[in-house]
Amino acid sequence: MVIIAKTNNRKSVRDNVYTRIYFLKFPKDTSDKPVIFSLIKEHDIEVNILRADILPQREGIMILEIKGSKSNVKKGLAYLEEIGVNIERLAARVRRDDDKCFQCGACTGVCPVDALYIRREDMAVLFDPDKCTGCSQCLLICPVRAMEMSLGKEWMSIDAASSK
Amino acid sequence: MDQINNIRTYDEINQKIKAGNAVIVTAEEMVSIVRDKGVEKAAKHVDVVTTGTFAPMCSSGAFLNIGQMIPTIKTSKVWFNKVPAYGGLAAVDAYLGATEPSEDDPLNKVYPGEFKYGGGHVIEDLLRGKPILLEAKAYGTDCYAARKLKKEITLEDLPYALLCNPRNGYQNYNCAVNRTERTVYTYMGMLKAGLRNATYCSAGELSPLFNDPFYKTIGIGTRIFLGGAQGYVTWHGTQHRPNVQRSDRGVPLTPSGTLMVQGDLKEMSHDWVKGVSILGYGNSLAVGLGIPIPILSLEIAESTGIGDEELFTQVVDYGHDYTNGVSDPLAQVSYAELKSGSIEIEGKQIKTAPLSSVVKARQIAEILKKDIENGTFQLSEPVKLIPGPNQ
Ligand code: SF4
Ligand code: SF4
Repeated sequence: MVIIAKTNNRKSVRDNVYTRIYFLKFPKDTSDKPVIFSLIKEHDIEVNILRADILPQREGIMILEIKGSKSNVKKGLAYLEEIGVNIERLAARVRRDDDKCFQCGACTGVCPVDALYIRREDMAVLFDPDKCTGCSQCLLICPVRAMEMSLGKEWMSIDAASSK
Repeated sequence: MDQINNIRTYDEINQKIKAGNAVIVTAEEMVSIVRDKGVEKAAKHVDVVTTGTFAPMCSSGAFLNIGQMIPTIKTSKVWFNKVPAYGGLAAVDAYLGATEPSEDDPLNKVYPGEFKYGGGHVIEDLLRGKPILLEAKAYGTDCYAARKLKKEITLEDLPYALLCNPRNGYQNYNCAVNRTERTVYTYMGMLKAGLRNATYCSAGELSPLFNDPFYKTIGIGTRIFLGGAQGYVTWHGTQHRPNVQRSDRGVPLTPSGTLMVQGDLKEMSHDWVKGVSILGYGNSLAVGLGIPIPILSLEIAESTGIGDEELFTQVVDYGHDYTNGVSDPLAQVSYAELKSGSIEIEGKQIKTAPLSSVVKARQIAEILKKDIENGTFQLSEPVKLIPGPNQ
């Protein structure tokens, strides 16, 4: 299921806190460094590991959601670059496959910005892409994987993304 | 209790259906009709109330006969798309359970596990007409010489496929929260630490057994909507517990009645039978179920008229209590409150999220209503009602 989508670099800035998603490539020799620990402890950044594939003494990848003030995020990213981590900003966009969605509502309990919400009159589960920050929390919560994300140009479900 | 058929009989209803003048309404419509007109008028006017539910239901699966081959085989281990099925039946019969994960699934080793593919997905893929890899092993006998089998099959190739859910249509279910310090992943979804979200899994006033709380019309042989086809109630379900505490309107306040249901898988549709992956918990199957409730008596009309404000459930801690068998609900809440989007627990407003689709439940009730109206669905009188509460 590969559908070409427009790339979109919309920023998500709320309460002066950046929430952004990065694709990190770790060289072999960083895998034993407490990278995440440093980010949280020394740079006061909130991180959410969305996807990780790291083995000792091998090149690893990680998709990280980073939350924090602009200056902290900047410093944190500088630290990562310093130790040799390759950083790529993901303009993650999310959409719903309405054929797959069976309107259960499970996703509305995890969406932090109510981009997935219930219209109370008829209990319809709606998705507002304009509100979505691309945090991707709904992707694995949806029991039928109706939420798809695009990391660049391809749309895919989380299952397809993780088996790549 | 004895005057059960004091308004109309099954025969009378079916004759009206044939004549095209039966009055059929959905359970949601019935709630407003009873509110507006009063129960007596409603009971006189309405012949049948249709219900529906569409949610993950773990105790689901299918009996699949895979057909013989030459030389013949008595399959003792069977896999569909690497999902193990139970082969300890007859030579080429197997039971594929919806919650069985694919054999190479990492389960919860990478926590929380994703459970990408399981028995429920195989059933959905069969319905989508997709080819399925069938593998089997056998020990070989004089009458069944073959020892293994590997081929692609589709639903069409199977001589027999029966959806058989030993437990379905739960009459009421818990509302789940988590008051521990860590996030838990349960069959009730992801529950954040410290009472920060709540989930529930019932369509409320649309749900079949909420509309017939004492099982006065539902029993063995009740014809139902199942997975997009016509199926039947064949027994009471596993964990059927009629003797629980009930509200003053007679409706259970905790999980209680359940149904065993069956239907021909080949007649069903993937629109109403969906494999699901519940993060950190496992695989399951969401099945569309709808039951017509004949308004045989005033009492039944009264029950179908009960709305979400008068249907209650218990808020249960799934962080500790549920796993440890502690029965100490945090609160009792109504489905009206649950559907409003937040409930109050220990003085705190908590966001609620459903796991059961009201939109699809309503669609099922509407389909059933249309099918009865146009005569393609006749009501059946059960041979034996499922067990009710002792009195
Ligand atoms: S990715 Fe999903 S959970 Fe996150 S904001 Fe968008 S819709 Fe909500
Ligand atoms: S969890 Fe998935 S299926 Fe359920 S309403 Fe949300 S997107 Fe639709």
